[in-house]
Amino acid sequence: MIQKELMTVVSQSEIAKNIFEMTLKGALVDQIDQPGKFVHLKASEEMMPLLRRPISIARIEHDKQEFTMIYRAEGAGTTALSRKQAGDQVDVLGPLGHGFPVEAAAPGETALLIGGGIGVPPLYELSRRLNQKGVKTIHVLGFQNKEAAFYTEEFAALGETYVATVDGSLGEQGFVTDVVTKHGLRGDVFYSCGPTVMLKAVEKLHAAPKGFISLEERMGCGIGACFACVCHPAADETGTGYLKICSDGPVFKAGEVAL
Amino acid sequence: MNRLALELPGLSLKNPVMPASGCFGFGREFSQLFDLSTLGSIMIKATTEAPRYGNATPRVAETPGGMLNAIGLQNPGLERVIANELEWLKQFDVPIIANVAGSQTEDYVQVAKEISKVENVHALELNISCPNVKTGGIAFGTVPETAKELTKHVKEVSEVPVYVKLSPNVTNIVEMAKAVEDGGADGITMINTLIGMRIDLKTGRPVLSNRTGGLSGPAVKPVAVRMVYEVSQQTNLPIIGMGGISTVEDIIEFSLAGADAFAIGTANFVNPFVCPELIAELDQYLEAHNVDHISELKGRSWK
Repeated sequence: MIQKELMTVVSQSEIAKNIFEMTLKGALVDQIDQPGKFVHLKASEEMMPLLRRPISIARIEHDKQEFTMIYRAEGAGTTALSRKQAGDQVDVLGPLGHGFPVEAAAPGETALLIGGGIGVPPLYELSRRLNQKGVKTIHVLGFQNKEAAFYTEEFAALGETYVATVDGSLGEQGFVTDVVTKHGLRGDVFYSCGPTVMLKAVEKLHAAPKGFISLEERMGCGIGACFACVCHPAADETGTGYLKICSDGPVFKAGEVAL
Repeated sequence: MNRLALELPGLSLKNPVMPASGCFGFGREFSQLFDLSTLGSIMIKATTEAPRYGNATPRVAETPGGMLNAIGLQNPGLERVIANELEWLKQFDVPIIANVAGSQTEDYVQVAKEISKVENVHALELNISCPNVKTGGIAFGTVPETAKELTKHVKEVSEVPVYVKLSPNVTNIVEMAKAVEDGGADGITMINTLIGMRIDLKTGRPVLSNRTGGLSGPAVKPVAVRMVYEVSQQTNLPIIGMGGISTVEDIIEFSLAGADAFAIGTANFVNPFVCPELIAELDQYLEAHNVDHISELKGRSWK
């Protein structure tokens, strides 16, 4: 069930250049039942910035009623958010959307997790859940450069992890798709989150018989009412079909959306 | 004592607060959050005869105290709105105001004729003010004679009262209000969004794929209040006021300006519970200020 709650900041720190990790506490956490869902939060009580910001969930700790999110401080909203300190409150709406289906991978199978930049965070909770149920995970994480990279060790603790950077300053030089091809990485299912251009290239790899991708778009309401974040379905004879990224997604089956 | 119940043409409202068209979809999403029967009415998303995909994304951009949108009247089309959305809304005890849009007169007439027959549609809101479509929309809302003619044609076929939604993107809003009154309108809803633009400093290009969009939110409230103030003194039509309302004080301000009822738009995105919260707060506010009924405040700023 979707709730709106003033949650309390437990901790916040800058874990890479302009990349912040914030942990929030509150009863709303009880409602987060799947990795890949997101929260829509108000970065300030003022009228500027006015709208909420959609942020993915990187880690869920039900026993502590806490969740962690990792975001890039870029515009006015996320910059205001990055100034919050432990003890401050944040107005959170969530959990929203449809996340990654953990059940798509069976125990003993291998899942290939491919993330790019600020698309990496939701794959972390996904990997934890998959490992908990005995799914082997292979991670391919792409970043702009070493300065912008984060959570590489956390992922490595969960399974085989490859890192790609555009300038080669960390891991291998190139894109995540180059790494998958070079090492011939394959899985029973793939999960991916990152820029649309990356997702498009990932779908073309056919690195697993089935896969799921998580999309990003500017959002208004975050719950499916405003039609700001629509996309075209891949199969659409009339040209008027649509999927809402916030409420039908953000996770879709690979091939379901025209990228 | 019921301080909030209100009778307007076609509408027996439990209270004068309703979500504005385009900011509430067809209610499904918000029904997960609260009982839609608590609302005075629901102004459903604009309906056109044929399904419309709307504009490419990005469709929204934030601005100081507001937002720009250029959705482009995306909707599943008349047939599916009647069969799926209005049918689904029948489970709630709430009168629907159906927002009607089109590219040409015939489109408006066709949609109005069919949608006004639906049992839970108690009024129409004629959308002659959408700034985000290439044809129709605002083209009907900026020339008084055109607006009057369209209103007349729609009135001829509609089985329920017709409210006309006015655009603020005109030189003289009073002239537009009088024109639709002459055309037989039963009420006015105002204001639609103000045309605006944001430019991305990195690309040097407009942020919205449609280039321009409609500005809404607290930033437009003073413009809306001024226009309601002017129009309410010059016409006899009831006014459903909107434009940046997000607090109970905003509602009082619109009432003092001359509005009968109040629609909530952008604020639904900031706080999806804002409508039921405002309904409760409005009652408390009136009680605290010894006002027996919301209509007592109407037009006090100029009376």
